[in-house]
Amino acid sequence: MVSIYLVMVLLGWFNIYAAVYNEDHKSIFDISQNYGKQLIWIGTSVVLAIIILQIDGKFYTVFSYPIYGSVILLLILVLLLGREVAGSKSWFEIGSFRVQPAEFGKFATSLALAKYLSTLNIRFENLKTKIIAGTFITIPALFILLQNDTGSALVYGAFILVLYREGLSGNILMTGLAIVTVFIITLLFDPVTMMSIVGIIAGLVYVIGKRTKRNFFIIIVIAIIFSGMSFTVNYVVDNLLKEHQRNRINVMLGKEDDPKNVGYNVNQSKIAIGSGGFSGKGFLNGTQTKYKFVPQQSTDFIFCTVGEEWGFVGTFVVIVLFIALLLRIIFVAERQKSTFTRIYGYGVASVLFFHFAVNIAMTIGLAPVIGIPLPFFSYGGSSLWGFTLLLFVFIKLDAYRMQLLR
Amino acid sequence: MDLRYSDRKLIIGALMVLSGIIFLIRLFYIQVIDDSYKLSAENNVLRHITEYPARGLVYDRKGKLLVYNEAYYDLMVIPKQVEDIDTADFCKTLGITVEDFRQRMKKIKDYSVFKPSVFEKQLSSEFYAMLQEKLHHYKGFFTQTRTLRKYPSRAAAHLLGYVGEVDDQLTKHNSYYKSGDYIGVSGIEKYYEEFLRGLKGEKVMMVDVYNRPKGSFRNGEYDVQPVSGKDLTSTIDGELQAYAELLLQNKIGSVVAIEPSTGEILVLATSPSYDPNLLVGRVRSENYSMLAKDEFKPLFNRALMAQYPPGSTFKLVNALIGQQEKTLFPQTTYGCKRGFFMGPIHVGCHPHPSPLNLLQSVQHSCNAYYCNVFRAILDNKKTVREGYDIWRKHVMSFGFGKKFDTDLPSELKGLIPSGDYYDKIYGKNRWKSLTVISLSIGQGELGTTPLQLANLMAAIANRGYYYPPHLVKKIGDKPIEDKFTQRNYTTIDTAYFKVIIDGMEQVVAAGTASTSKLKDIAICGKTGTAQNPHGKAHSVFVAFAPKDNPKIAIAAFVENSGWGGTYAAPIASLLIEKYLNDTITRPAFEEFILKANLMPKPTDKPEKVEGIE
Repeated sequence: MVSIYLVMVLLGWFNIYAAVYNEDHKSIFDISQNYGKQLIWIGTSVVLAIIILQIDGKFYTVFSYPIYGSVILLLILVLLLGREVAGSKSWFEIGSFRVQPAEFGKFATSLALAKYLSTLNIRFENLKTKIIAGTFITIPALFILLQNDTGSALVYGAFILVLYREGLSGNILMTGLAIVTVFIITLLFDPVTMMSIVGIIAGLVYVIGKRTKRNFFIIIVIAIIFSGMSFTVNYVVDNLLKEHQRNRINVMLGKEDDPKNVGYNVNQSKIAIGSGGFSGKGFLNGTQTKYKFVPQQSTDFIFCTVGEEWGFVGTFVVIVLFIALLLRIIFVAERQKSTFTRIYGYGVASVLFFHFAVNIAMTIGLAPVIGIPLPFFSYGGSSLWGFTLLLFVFIKLDAYRMQLLR
Repeated sequence: MDLRYSDRKLIIGALMVLSGIIFLIRLFYIQVIDDSYKLSAENNVLRHITEYPARGLVYDRKGKLLVYNEAYYDLMVIPKQVEDIDTADFCKTLGITVEDFRQRMKKIKDYSVFKPSVFEKQLSSEFYAMLQEKLHHYKGFFTQTRTLRKYPSRAAAHLLGYVGEVDDQLTKHNSYYKSGDYIGVSGIEKYYEEFLRGLKGEKVMMVDVYNRPKGSFRNGEYDVQPVSGKDLTSTIDGELQAYAELLLQNKIGSVVAIEPSTGEILVLATSPSYDPNLLVGRVRSENYSMLAKDEFKPLFNRALMAQYPPGSTFKLVNALIGQQEKTLFPQTTYGCKRGFFMGPIHVGCHPHPSPLNLLQSVQHSCNAYYCNVFRAILDNKKTVREGYDIWRKHVMSFGFGKKFDTDLPSELKGLIPSGDYYDKIYGKNRWKSLTVISLSIGQGELGTTPLQLANLMAAIANRGYYYPPHLVKKIGDKPIEDKFTQRNYTTIDTAYFKVIIDGMEQVVAAGTASTSKLKDIAICGKTGTAQNPHGKAHSVFVAFAPKDNPKIAIAAFVENSGWGGTYAAPIASLLIEKYLNDTITRPAFEEFILKANLMPKPTDKPEKVEGIE
């Protein structure tokens, strides 16, 4: 895990260098540029990792709630004192560096969730348990939403995977999936078409499935709910979402084809990745990202640089690295005797997975643009620190597993 | 330890692997299979920057420059890069107000903040030198070199023509031209556009998303060097052209001179004219509309486009046709009782000895004589129509009634009415030679341009053929098209020219143009008076010289000045002397012409301008 981490961080650094490379500042160590700064972040992250490993594993289990509480406090403070960057009020500014407390919220939430669900006498089957667990997740998400950072807030949805592992009904996961599907279909078709589709599927399900009175009733109710949704979704999208969010969704669905304006990011990002070909253009030879056709080329769209300069080989390596890391985390989590560590491990895996999946999906046009970084790759101190913290606490807990039973 | 849900790790793991696989499939598709993204990427990064070639220069026949290019500088700005400039100082340097500055910047920013826009057009070299020292204070501003036409002398404006920006209509049909390019609009500039313009080059630059150049693409491997336009050597004699324009000052008229042995046009002057430097650069459109409104039509090229009745000069043509048709012989005599009288027809004549033979008829320009000559030609055949058609064919063989179709883009073809025309007016077989008798003395429905009359002189000087008159001798090092150097034979045999030419010699030596004779050069000429329904007749004189081995054929028109001998002949005579001897031996005579002011009084209401090129 440590080696995958180091490989990823270094690859990220090189790609940031390539993405914002500029003739005037040739040295990769030039700290006036993003790549120079990223080196500082990497250095501090390594220091942070070492510190984490030195601290007694017990510390994290004992101080779960206080850590969670102080992060929530920071999230509130940033709302009052923070600095607005690109429309989101989610940054503390200290000198020329900026810190984003939301990046630490994921860590704190994972800890608190693990702590709560591993408490003796807690049965996940109880509705009360479910509600409390849900609240632990929702509170930071809400504050982040208030900071106008929708992308980071959505990340908390990833914790559903943790709950699922701990016994949340698969139906809820399926329902969530179904709602998203209906949501997308509704945006593509008008309500009447939508209702007919729902009707036909409902009929098919009834005919194929067990034709009991109860099933008939359930199918009717679900069909009515979905039909009702088909009328409200358009309303929600047109009136409740912000314009840029609506545009991003429309671009993803192909309803809006305007590569110069609202579709610019995704279009340029796809061009950059696509132009890489099989083996890429070579290190520092990328043109799309270096010449700033791709926006935010060192942060959220860093994957474009990988795609352009290293081609399919590069993207393949990155994806395999991520999948390997995620599976390794799950494997390690499953071997824990301590429920706390297992749940925490799933938290780490879920958060990383969500970031990885959404970030890459957005750069290749499979998901709407949601501004979240690619873990370990994207430029940014807070996110690198956040992910380092998340991962190394898990590594420490794993190393500590022999002494931790619960 | 709770093991109930531990198999869910498989589902979660599978979900992760599945998404990884989906990504890889998608990436494989857009990176390896689909090529369209690679093309988009090329277009994204490469900017094709046009490099303008230098337009070809134009020299006169003696190698003197008529047109060259002068470098001007456009002050460009990229609004995004403008930072901390001292606006007040900047405005002072440019001589504009701060308000003006704000308005221009707003307009430019509305267009684009990243792309370069022209802030101030066509700064002179002197201004540029001054600005260059200060330019580093003005971040975001830079200069771009362009060239404009420049004319060392103000002569020859019409024949050289001018250059203007292409219009949208053309850019749609011709892919070579892009909006903002220059193109020859008239004259030589128009006809030889493809040679003069050269070929645009292209520089392929890599640029970033803000359009900032980031260096040459692959070290210029794909750059195309511009090819300079070809220089033209004109047939014009710059000095003689300028002298002709000087002689025509304060007169309305034109002079055309041709070298008979080649068809090369030596002079193509029209008056009033304008300074060609007026139609250059940013003042062009303003000056153009000023010239277009001028009631004396300085933009109108009379040498090619004014269609006058040729008057008595046309008698030469009839004399040649009569001989060719064997209805007229050198010894033929007709009497003249101060005119030609036949029934209701009455063509007056001036006092002169009578009767006259052919040579004398040319010398004295007897109207009655040519009425008889013309009748004899038309009544020679079974029907008048037949006779007329033969006559017309002979006339047109001299280049009348049609265009020469050389490098004179705006010439008009004149008018020699067809037999059908008279059939239509009078009815078939309802007209006789008497009906159209005014054609005999070059009046009536005839329209000829000064160029056509000069060409008539060339044909007579050559004793029966002419070369199509043209304006350019050489394109770069290459000679001009063959069709310009092909002899066009008239339908008149060489033998019939001798007596006419002898007569023309007498016109100048002791006839209607005797004031214009030269001591050492035998000028053969013919005066004419083109009737003008709107006022005083136009004075015409055509000539060639010397009589043997002619070097110059000339036609001069001075509007509203009466007798051909008064103004037109002296102008032609001075030009012949200047061309052949390169001196003027008659300063008083020259002074008389230079001082003559024959301009009509300007009317209060400018007349409607029409027929301008």
